[in-house]
Amino acid sequence: MAALPQAKADGAEALLAARPAPAKGAAWAEAAREAARGRLRAAGAPARRDEYWRFTDPAPLLAEGPRAAALPLEEVQVFDEVDALRLVFVDGVFRPDLSDEPRLDGVEIQPLSAALSADIHWARSLYGALEAAGQNPVPRPLAALNTAQADTGFAIRVTGRPARPIHLRYLHESEGSEAMIRHIVRLEAGAEATLLENGPAAARFNKAMEIELGEGAALHHVRAQGRDHDRLAATHVFARLGARAAYRGFTLTTNGRLTRNEVVLDLAGEGAKGHVAGAAIGAAGFHHDDTVFVTHSAAHCESRQVFKKVLKSGARGAFQGKILVKPGAQKTDGYQISQALLLDDDAEFNAKPELEIYADDVACSHGSTSGAVDEDVLFYLRSRGVPEAEAKDMMVLAFVEEAIGEIESEPLRDVIRERIAAWLARRKV
Amino acid sequence: MLKVRDLRVSLAEEPKQILKGLTLDVEPGTVHAIMGPNGSGKSTLSYLLAGREGYVVDGGSAELDGANLLTMEPEERAAAGLFLAFQYPVEIPGVGNMTFLRTALNAQRKARGEPEIDAGSFLKLVREKAKALKIDAEMLKRPVNVGFSGGEKKRNEILQMAVLEPKMCILDETDSGLDVDAMKLVSDGVNALRDEGRAFLVITHYQRLLDHIRPDVVHILADGRIVQTGGPELALEVETNGYADILGRVA
Repeated sequence: MAALPQAKADGAEALLAARPAPAKGAAWAEAAREAARGRLRAAGAPARRDEYWRFTDPAPLLAEGPRAAALPLEEVQVFDEVDALRLVFVDGVFRPDLSDEPRLDGVEIQPLSAALSADIHWARSLYGALEAAGQNPVPRPLAALNTAQADTGFAIRVTGRPARPIHLRYLHESEGSEAMIRHIVRLEAGAEATLLENGPAAARFNKAMEIELGEGAALHHVRAQGRDHDRLAATHVFARLGARAAYRGFTLTTNGRLTRNEVVLDLAGEGAKGHVAGAAIGAAGFHHDDTVFVTHSAAHCESRQVFKKVLKSGARGAFQGKILVKPGAQKTDGYQISQALLLDDDAEFNAKPELEIYADDVACSHGSTSGAVDEDVLFYLRSRGVPEAEAKDMMVLAFVEEAIGEIESEPLRDVIRERIAAWLARRKV
Repeated sequence: MLKVRDLRVSLAEEPKQILKGLTLDVEPGTVHAIMGPNGSGKSTLSYLLAGREGYVVDGGSAELDGANLLTMEPEERAAAGLFLAFQYPVEIPGVGNMTFLRTALNAQRKARGEPEIDAGSFLKLVREKAKALKIDAEMLKRPVNVGFSGGEKKRNEILQMAVLEPKMCILDETDSGLDVDAMKLVSDGVNALRDEGRAFLVITHYQRLLDHIRPDVVHILADGRIVQTGGPELALEVETNGYADILGRVA
């Protein structure tokens, strides 16, 4: 292996030094953190020259002293109208005073720091394991950093079918805050849950989640990243799916300066289904990157990637999506679509769809398009009396609808649609 | 109601004049048919009246009840009561038929200073109109025109017309792509809307649609001008002798 460029090695050390070491956990947790530090040092800090960061300059995620204006805490938030168990973080610190009692039938919830200090078998086998597996074939140094440094978040084990969603809300109060949040989630065989996440979290936000789905388990995961214009965020979701398990993830992103959402799925058991979708809408100064890696390790699995971006006045979008079908993963059904609606000539979209297939009986398709508003549709709508601005809004909503359709719950789809409509009304795209 | 005077129109993309001095008067309560060979300017006329971009008006005028259509936005023309049933209705994935109809109706009502229609009354209204056109609930739920057959798309156009209740309806080759049964459904839908306050301009290449929608006046359009005007018998003459005969005579 070639030696790491000095800048990348220095960058990794700088990342590790930027935060105080987390409070000491159990020996196994310290070993997991030490191994993660090793992975970060081996990979080095991400750099623009890295193939995996070709479309997104990671510099703002690494520079010292991130600053972002905070939003008023009392503002109406997405998912407010959803009856959920709410767990609230402010600037990356859990705030029991703003949260519900973390108790819900069919779920065990405990703070990450507690889970890492105890000897809980499932936590021990999960923490850092999916992140480590996800470093191959492409390194994800910011996820390794998260494993090494995070000490806030939750360990959530779902044993049944909780009646309400679990809602993780991240608020941002301090202009210079930097948050590092880590959750580990395990759904036992046959369990089913809905996990909601929203909020600006901090001036800069590094969040990772490892999800292990037992046989036949189903996780519905809906995230909304919005409102804050200066947001710098790198998020990672690592999920391993057992036989006939289902992961359905959807992320809405509006605003933000730089958002990189990586999702790494391993369809490890036969008949598993992994769906990841996203809708991103932004204007000037907005850079959004969806990077997805789906591995079909077992036969008869289905995966879908549906990503839609609406970009205006200098906004940039990137999509890197890969489907890897391993030997023996026959009858794989893989689908991937990434599309951008460019509302003017300044917007830019880069897409890198990849298929790598080592089984011979599979159906995989991918497509990527970018284009302007369809003038024929616009005229048709206007000819029926819909004013131009309203017609364009309808077209934006229609464009992202395929991604929203990946959310299973109709009420949650409506929450997302309303959120987008409100954004459009404010911004007059 | 619709008054077109010496209208001259070119394409924006190339210096080619399509309408070369077209004059037309459509009175309330009447059905006018415009027939003409391919390339005579039929679709240009309908698109231009509805406000589509891509055309340059070189001269002349077009008014709806005295208001200058040519300076109005497409949505303003719609609110003023103009409706174009498209030859090729557009598919709009992601927009439900009902949402589309309600947005359009309420946008028009708002533009006219009328109160918006509530969800219940709207549903009732659409169901009633849809039934007559044999448009089922499933079709109403689907995205606009997506996966619709040719006949379903045209029926959907007539449904929009029935719900929006325009006073000046332009039907651009509504018969194209229709089988006999669909033609009958569509024609019945149009005939049901005929009343003394409403006028129709039926643009067609063939006479057969006019068997179902009986016109009061028939115009022959050729090379951007109306070259002959008559009663329904003119359409029959086209059917029997073709356009060449008439065009040869007026030339």
